[in-house]
Amino acid sequence: MFEISEIIDVLLLRNYNTRLVVICTMLLGCACGLMGGFLLLRKRSLMGDTLSHATLPGVCLAFFVGVMLGGQGKSLPLLLLGATTTGVLGCATVLFIRNHSRIKDDAAMGIVLSVFFGAGVALLTIVTKMPSGAAAGLESFIYGKTASMVLSDFRLLTAVTVCVLSLSGLLFKEFRLLCFDEVYAAAQGWPVKRLDVLLLALVTLVTVAGLQAVGLILIIAFLITPAAAARFWTDRLDQMLLLSALIGGVSGWMGASLSALIPNLPAGALIVLVAAAFFLLSLLFGTKRGVLVRYLRQLKLKRSVGRQHLLRALYEILEADAGPTDDVLIRSVPFRKVRGRRTWSDRQLRSSLRLAYQEGLIDAVNDRDMITLTRAGLDAAAQVTRNHRLWELYLIEYADVATSRVDRDADAVEHVLGEKLVALLEAKLIKLRITSGLEVPASPHPITPGD
Amino acid sequence: MTWYIIDTWIVLISILAAVACALLGNFLVLRKMSMMGDAISHAVLPGLAIAFLITGARASLTMFIGAAVVGILTALFTQWVSRFGKVDEGASMGIVFTTLFAVGLLLIVQAADHVDLDASCVLYGAIELTPLDVVWRPELFGSVLQVPRSALVLSAVCAMNLLFVVLFFKELRIASFDSELATTMGINANLMHYMLMTLVAITTVAAFEAVGSIIVIAMLIVPAATAHLLTDQLHWMVVISAIFAALSAALGHVSAIFLPGWMGIDPSVVEATSTSGMMAVMAGVLFFIVLFCAPRQGIFVQKLGRFEAE
Repeated sequence: MFEISEIIDVLLLRNYNTRLVVICTMLLGCACGLMGGFLLLRKRSLMGDTLSHATLPGVCLAFFVGVMLGGQGKSLPLLLLGATTTGVLGCATVLFIRNHSRIKDDAAMGIVLSVFFGAGVALLTIVTKMPSGAAAGLESFIYGKTASMVLSDFRLLTAVTVCVLSLSGLLFKEFRLLCFDEVYAAAQGWPVKRLDVLLLALVTLVTVAGLQAVGLILIIAFLITPAAAARFWTDRLDQMLLLSALIGGVSGWMGASLSALIPNLPAGALIVLVAAAFFLLSLLFGTKRGVLVRYLRQLKLKRSVGRQHLLRALYEILEADAGPTDDVLIRSVPFRKVRGRRTWSDRQLRSSLRLAYQEGLIDAVNDRDMITLTRAGLDAAAQVTRNHRLWELYLIEYADVATSRVDRDADAVEHVLGEKLVALLEAKLIKLRITSGLEVPASPHPITPGD
Repeated sequence: MTWYIIDTWIVLISILAAVACALLGNFLVLRKMSMMGDAISHAVLPGLAIAFLITGARASLTMFIGAAVVGILTALFTQWVSRFGKVDEGASMGIVFTTLFAVGLLLIVQAADHVDLDASCVLYGAIELTPLDVVWRPELFGSVLQVPRSALVLSAVCAMNLLFVVLFFKELRIASFDSELATTMGINANLMHYMLMTLVAITTVAAFEAVGSIIVIAMLIVPAATAHLLTDQLHWMVVISAIFAALSAALGHVSAIFLPGWMGIDPSVVEATSTSGMMAVMAGVLFFIVLFCAPRQGIFVQKLGRFEAE
């Protein structure tokens, strides 16, 4: 494997060339991550894809013009200017098609991408066949040349990154509004269209600067993946953008370092894969929208719903046995009887029972399959049943819902009912409770098994 | 400029490729999945590379299968990421295809010592060379016809797509416009989705081997979008898109021959430019003509209508 000293050399950026490449990809990762955040929220992630393809005809035309003017043709500023021009033109065309016809965003992007790229390929074929022969290497503009970046690339990328960072910092409030509520922003009098174009222009700037440094596919990945990964961790735009820039930067750093360590592995591909690994980790473990967190949340909800169903079923059985005026007393209830109260499977009921036992709400289910509430269990059951009935009464009193439908509706909303709301309902319905004369108000409808 | 028999073959092959793509493209455009062609055509790279590494030769069939499998996986992964991660469909498509492309690039570089599998050939295609690969020489009206391999392959794919569209027209229509309604009517919208994606992957692979991925992407989207501006009826949309696809293929090759002349370049230096590129450009030109001049959806007519209303 590698010498330790080699690894340290790369990590400390001792080698001049490595240092340049790593710093450049980090800068680019930050800038792209930031812009990608805005694109993701505007559901325009593939705009980077379209844009980067649309730069090709510009590059070729610029080269062509350069040759016509008698120059070498491969002057970097001229090529960048050409790329930016057709890139912006491509964006504008997408917006034009979308705004003026029934063609949707995705098809508009596809049309611009393929037509512009086709024009680019046609021009490239002509240019490379031209006798001057200087066109060799023009393709590196598309495929990138990560490993052989030079100082001028560093300067360009630094300038672009600083520009993008400062502008999106200055216009943060405007861009945020644009991302979340375009119509509201327009109603407030913001120049929405101009802001939209400015945002896309910034994306174009990043894309063009990065394109010739790291290649087309890497730029697309840089614009999409870090932002999508960051989205799993937070619901706040500022945090998401920072995180996205960070993930982009770290992917650039790790990918470029790995490529410097292992010979014969292209940096561009490694950076994409590192970013994809970040995305996968975030997808699984993200604290706000990650798959695991959402699964746990759902499990918790399911358990709490199961607990409430069990307690209410037990309480209603005991209540029916106790008669209208007596206190509800703890008695053992057969499993079959509880099972018959709802449409739940044996397995669901058993798992609810197990959890209730762990919580100390019921005694252990004995060998005759009898279920017995504990003292605490009875209190909890009375509480749950009371909440449920308060809801039902509330719906009947205030919402004019037919009695036959209330039970089901109440079932669904009861589980999101907080303590505050219960207190409010109690205050409102105190009269009803007094007239019923019970600790727990009577059910407003006859209780039949299976309800 | 002289027209050779080879030019006829090029036009025929590109028409076949264009029509095969356009037939499926209608449903992609209607289902707002236009970029799927782009994603698949980039993502098949690892499939090609793995097939090559396994067989060690550029055997056409294995590579074809490898690429088609990865194409289907692209559709599958995209759906997973967007469903389980609740990520925007476009973003999940972008993540999946860039990642697969990167994997393919690594594999190719690893095998590069003993391969000439070159990414640019996949992207641009070499339609100008396809007529040289002759596999079948039937005798017709006393003269020998030299049928190129890609003409046969693309005819088969085109026929397959046509059959699919005709046989499942009702199911495709309902699934494209209202997948929930389709489910209630007992049509498996998900199955239709995957059948469509499988065919897109197969068509993509078959076509870009001959004509390059730009044509695939362009012909999947542009003729269908053009037809969408001209009609409200799905069966007419399919027919019109096929006509526009064939038209842009033919115009593309002609303009590829003449373009260098128009640009003021001596034809003896640069004979012709890329047919694939010009086909995409011509499809775009036709689209923009329709965008402005269409009888009902056109921008001119709508502007005029607004003017008259005032």
